[in-house]
Amino acid sequence: MAEPRRARPEPTPETRHYWEGTRLGELRLQRCDDCAETYFPPRPFCPKCGSRRVAVVKASGRGRLYSYVIHHRPVPGFTPPYAIAVVELEEGPRLMTNITGCAQTPEALVLDMPVEVAFEKLDDEITLPLFQPVRE
Amino acid sequence: MSSSRIAPGSVAIVGAAETTRLGVIPDMSQIQLHADAALNALADAGLKPTDIDGIATAGETPVTLAHYLGITPSWVDGTSVGGCSFMIHVRHATAAITAGLCRTVLVTHGESGRSGIGRNRAAPGPSSLFGQFEAPFGPMGPPTLFTIPVLRYLKTYGVTEEELAMVAVVQREWAGKNPRATFKDPITVDDVLGSRMVAYPFRLLMCCLVTDGGGALILTAADRARDFPTKPVYILGTGESVETPMVSQMADFTSSRAFRVSGANAFASAGIAHGDVDHLMIYDAFAHLPIFGLEDLGFLAPGEAAAFIAGRNTAPGGKLPLNTNGGGLSYMHSGMYGMYALQESVRQMRGIAPAQVPGAAISVCHGVGGMFAASGTVIMSNERP
Repeated sequence: MAEPRRARPEPTPETRHYWEGTRLGELRLQRCDDCAETYFPPRPFCPKCGSRRVAVVKASGRGRLYSYVIHHRPVPGFTPPYAIAVVELEEGPRLMTNITGCAQTPEALVLDMPVEVAFEKLDDEITLPLFQPVRE
Repeated sequence: MSSSRIAPGSVAIVGAAETTRLGVIPDMSQIQLHADAALNALADAGLKPTDIDGIATAGETPVTLAHYLGITPSWVDGTSVGGCSFMIHVRHATAAITAGLCRTVLVTHGESGRSGIGRNRAAPGPSSLFGQFEAPFGPMGPPTLFTIPVLRYLKTYGVTEEELAMVAVVQREWAGKNPRATFKDPITVDDVLGSRMVAYPFRLLMCCLVTDGGGALILTAADRARDFPTKPVYILGTGESVETPMVSQMADFTSSRAFRVSGANAFASAGIAHGDVDHLMIYDAFAHLPIFGLEDLGFLAPGEAAAFIAGRNTAPGGKLPLNTNGGGLSYMHSGMYGMYALQESVRQMRGIAPAQVPGAAISVCHGVGGMFAASGTVIMSNERP
């Protein structure tokens, strides 16, 4: 029997570039050519000014741990306790993720600590952007 | 902010009731919970189903409800944005009655949240925004999502977990006065912090109950309200808003945009000041909700609410009685709790609440939907302005 797996995202026409990016090891955001807003999640227009003149940009992959909870109950694909986190990227947008490469404890998960993207391949099509603490 | 052209007190609640039983009701399906509450509210108002010409509901469609109750309405509202949908129904019904679209509106809620009998709840699919950008990271329902902003809030304002725990302690004191509350025994901060960890920093006693039940309201024009057997409760002002289907995309993790818009419009349309408020309900799915609500509604400045609650200002005998039925944390919580908050505001305005606030004349009832996704606010009074 296959191991239980985490929920798998299903790309749509508007988000395909994002998932193509993670598959290639790039975290992609979008930026408005008119008002310079950088935004997430993907959509083919600017949520700040409504312009359709937007471009896909590669994010640095760096950010800080913005907030989280540590879940203590079992979920398919996860071993509790595990953190469900929100990272604020250097470019501004925030996204939900998991933090890898460190203990899943309040002591190890310090708000505002620097983190960087660590891609985790789910299958040939989908790679998830997880984050890990930046090592000195 | 928009200024309403509906005069405060134009519409009144003339019927209000919960299901005959609350708690664990495995012998009743979800639609029957709606009907049980509706029939109780109709009896409260001295009406029959055929007297109703407008219906609003969430959880079930208004189509199902209308058919089940034998009503062919001339006005319907199926706004379904989570647990504050019923506050928004009251707002929409107030506008519809004032505009002459209908005369007598029935708003119902019923939810087999605990027993799951006849429940039709579809989760967002894997291609939804939630399915793509939140679900893969392991959330499991509201305890792991609604709570996500809280560590940021605690750090921003230097609030402690003990203060967060005090929200549950104080609400249990109110529940102790309410014979229909699920949990009535007093608890301490140590009890809350020592209860089972669900999603750090949230322990079990910081999370709402999961029960079965329902409630219904009947509204009509204030000019007709004195013809009914109960004391009319007038709608002074209302508000509504929505923000995001993903809690990770909230603009500010210490404040809800939807709360601020809904609350400000409710106060502006009611034409009252915060100091006029005698009684307050803030939908408390989790212990941080009353904190966010007190600040976003403008009762307190950002960062002040946790100490305000811990200082017993919202407790029995305090200056701002809050969640006097015991709240979602101790009274009941079917899933879309907003209806029960409205019912408690109506009881307080009628003067018949188990933990009655003496002389209360203005009640503010504030709801949340989803995980900070939506909001609705209703301000009511037992005096017509």
